[in-house]
Amino acid sequence: MDLGFSEEQEMLRTTARDFLTNECPADLVKQLAEDEKGYSPEMWKKMAELGWMGLTFPEEYDGMGMTFLDLVVLLEEAGRACLPGPYFSTVVLAGYTIMEAASEEQKKELLTKIANGDLIVTLAITEPSARYEPDAITVKASPDKDDYVINGTKLFVPDANIADYIICVARTTDGASPEEGLTLFLVDAKSPGITTTLLKTIAGDKQCEVIFEDVRVPKENIIGELDKGWPVVEKVLEKATVGLCAQMVGGAQKALDMSVDYAKERVQFGRPIGSFQAIQHYCANMVTDVDGSKYITYEAAWKVSEGLPATMEVSMAKAWVNEAYRRVTLLGHQIHGAIGFCEDHDMPLYFKRAKGSEPTFGDADFHREMVAKQLGL
Amino acid sequence: MEMNLFRMDFSFSPEEKNFRVQVRTFLDREVSDEFLSDLEEQDEVDFSREFTKELARKGWLAMAWPKEYGGGGATMMEQLVFNEEMGYHHAPTGGHRQGISLIGPCLIVHGTEEQKRKYLPPITAGEVVWCQGFSEPNAGSDLASLQCQAVEDGDDYAITGQKVWTTNAHRADWCHLLARTDPEAPKHRGISYFLVDMKSPGITARPLLNMLASRDFGEAFFDEVRVPKENILGEKNRGWYVSQTTLNFERSGIAWPASAKRDLELLIEYAKETKRNGQSLAQDPIVRHKLTEMAVEIEVARMISYRVAWMQSKGQIPVYEASMSELFGSELLKRLGDVGMQILGLYGPLEHGSRWAPLRGRVVRDCQFSLGLTIARGTSEIQKNIIAWRGLELPRV
Repeated sequence: MDLGFSEEQEMLRTTARDFLTNECPADLVKQLAEDEKGYSPEMWKKMAELGWMGLTFPEEYDGMGMTFLDLVVLLEEAGRACLPGPYFSTVVLAGYTIMEAASEEQKKELLTKIANGDLIVTLAITEPSARYEPDAITVKASPDKDDYVINGTKLFVPDANIADYIICVARTTDGASPEEGLTLFLVDAKSPGITTTLLKTIAGDKQCEVIFEDVRVPKENIIGELDKGWPVVEKVLEKATVGLCAQMVGGAQKALDMSVDYAKERVQFGRPIGSFQAIQHYCANMVTDVDGSKYITYEAAWKVSEGLPATMEVSMAKAWVNEAYRRVTLLGHQIHGAIGFCEDHDMPLYFKRAKGSEPTFGDADFHREMVAKQLGL
Repeated sequence: MEMNLFRMDFSFSPEEKNFRVQVRTFLDREVSDEFLSDLEEQDEVDFSREFTKELARKGWLAMAWPKEYGGGGATMMEQLVFNEEMGYHHAPTGGHRQGISLIGPCLIVHGTEEQKRKYLPPITAGEVVWCQGFSEPNAGSDLASLQCQAVEDGDDYAITGQKVWTTNAHRADWCHLLARTDPEAPKHRGISYFLVDMKSPGITARPLLNMLASRDFGEAFFDEVRVPKENILGEKNRGWYVSQTTLNFERSGIAWPASAKRDLELLIEYAKETKRNGQSLAQDPIVRHKLTEMAVEIEVARMISYRVAWMQSKGQIPVYEASMSELFGSELLKRLGDVGMQILGLYGPLEHGSRWAPLRGRVVRDCQFSLGLTIARGTSEIQKNIIAWRGLELPRV
């Protein structure tokens, strides 16, 4: 049993932390929250040069051939720095969808371009019903000669406003059960009939409403098999959920670090506030939450990375981290007092991300229900 | 092929898995439902003497100790596996815990050869019961302020004072005790560590009834009890530091999350079998929520405990990490007790032995018992202090 990362993974972490400390300071994060594109093309290029886009892609597609666990290390650092932009959508959501189900030709075309930083792709699952379940998918794709025609509205689609392609999960058949009859379509974001509207989110991440009105997609743009898209989505969601937990863990650690540093510096009543027991106990609670979040996330990440069954662990991780990250940021704000309440300060970045991440890929209640099923309740 | 030696791996080795199977098979057989039922009727220490000796015969009792002291020389992971299985099976440890986990390590590190020869073998054989004479009416969390006196007199010390919350005081064979040998010195530096024969004249020990009507701990009065000088462990006036001995024995605290896991399984079974309002409790969304919340918390607690054992297996010394495990595990059991009682509803408060009492009254017993867990072995508040001071380096005033 070894609960630590390998030497190579620690090196990746150090490289990532150094890079992001220099390239992605809090000021830039706040700027990009206001910016319509929400990412820095210069930073994107540098990340591509570091091999980050294709970190987990096979080498024949210009990838680094590294594991999901390696990516988790990177995502933790991304969370610590509040890295804005379409990295998660492109590399985790789209990347794993393509690796899981795409044809050789599609992989060659898409993965290579993504690895080189030349393509931004996202995955559109959720709709106004706001659920990550197959029966919530109502966007329809109807066959018409050599194409499919897509109609309906997707909501909360990350980075659709800047994506080159949107992988759309649409219903092609009304199957015996909701899991059957869903298909993945690779849609050119500039197709006629697509209207993308940027939503204004608390954390400045670019979520979009995407309306499909008679959008034509060639049959060869189906990823995977007709009607068999949902199992692919499930697999990708598993990785996305753990990946998001890793980001949240990174953010929680940073919120803790900031709060402890502040508690040591801020003097009131002639002594650092960190010498008062209430503050010390808050910090003890915070580090307990951070450490617990880390190890339950790593447990899930390791299992997913090893290809072991991990449905329970993944849901346990998200259920826990959701609430732990929230608790940590609440205490972080309490420790910082009034200055933490200012937009100028960095604490709000973490609270906003904690809240924004809670419902993404399933809230705690959703995941606890998954655990209930795994427990045979 | 990977060049580095270490990579993340949450699984156990084949040897460790085999060992777990051995332990589990033994405990499934020995700590049966009948055994547990009988245990609930009787005094834990008396009832489990045979069981303790059986563990000793299997070489598992002192498995953590180095072989040269009669131990099994087990690895950290083997200890973790053993302790996890013992916790999961709710196996009794009350009779041997003090000797194996507390006084034993201190003897191994600080004892003279003669002391080791005299005191260690009966512990490894499961033949002796020790009690810990540390806490006093005025010395709880602030243990170092203890007032029990040990006055030098010829070849002996004469010990006078009162100890309280002493687990097994009334039936222990020996007591490891902290007493003040230098009242003038700063408080931590005037304390010595004594090994006291509980049959010595001048000792009155009686049990205290806890809120579960159980006689686990007690008080012991020492009235000029003569203890030979060779019964000091370590150096005179260095007793405080002897008592802080953290030998590299497994300190994961895994027994609590493991025990909680079993308790949760019992509650889940109960929820599935029990109908209320036309559906099983397991179908009630609120019950589902409570049970799964606990399941998640138990898994987190397990990981926090595993982390401690892992650090130790790497030769690292966990400080705040062990406090965190202690804190989280004890608070976990409190919450579990609460959740269990809520799910049982009106049946919850029915005690063991009562008609209609569910799960042999286990839940109401554990719920009450858990109140002591966040206090014993360092209160939650003290654990948080340690985490803040030693883990985060927040300033002490």
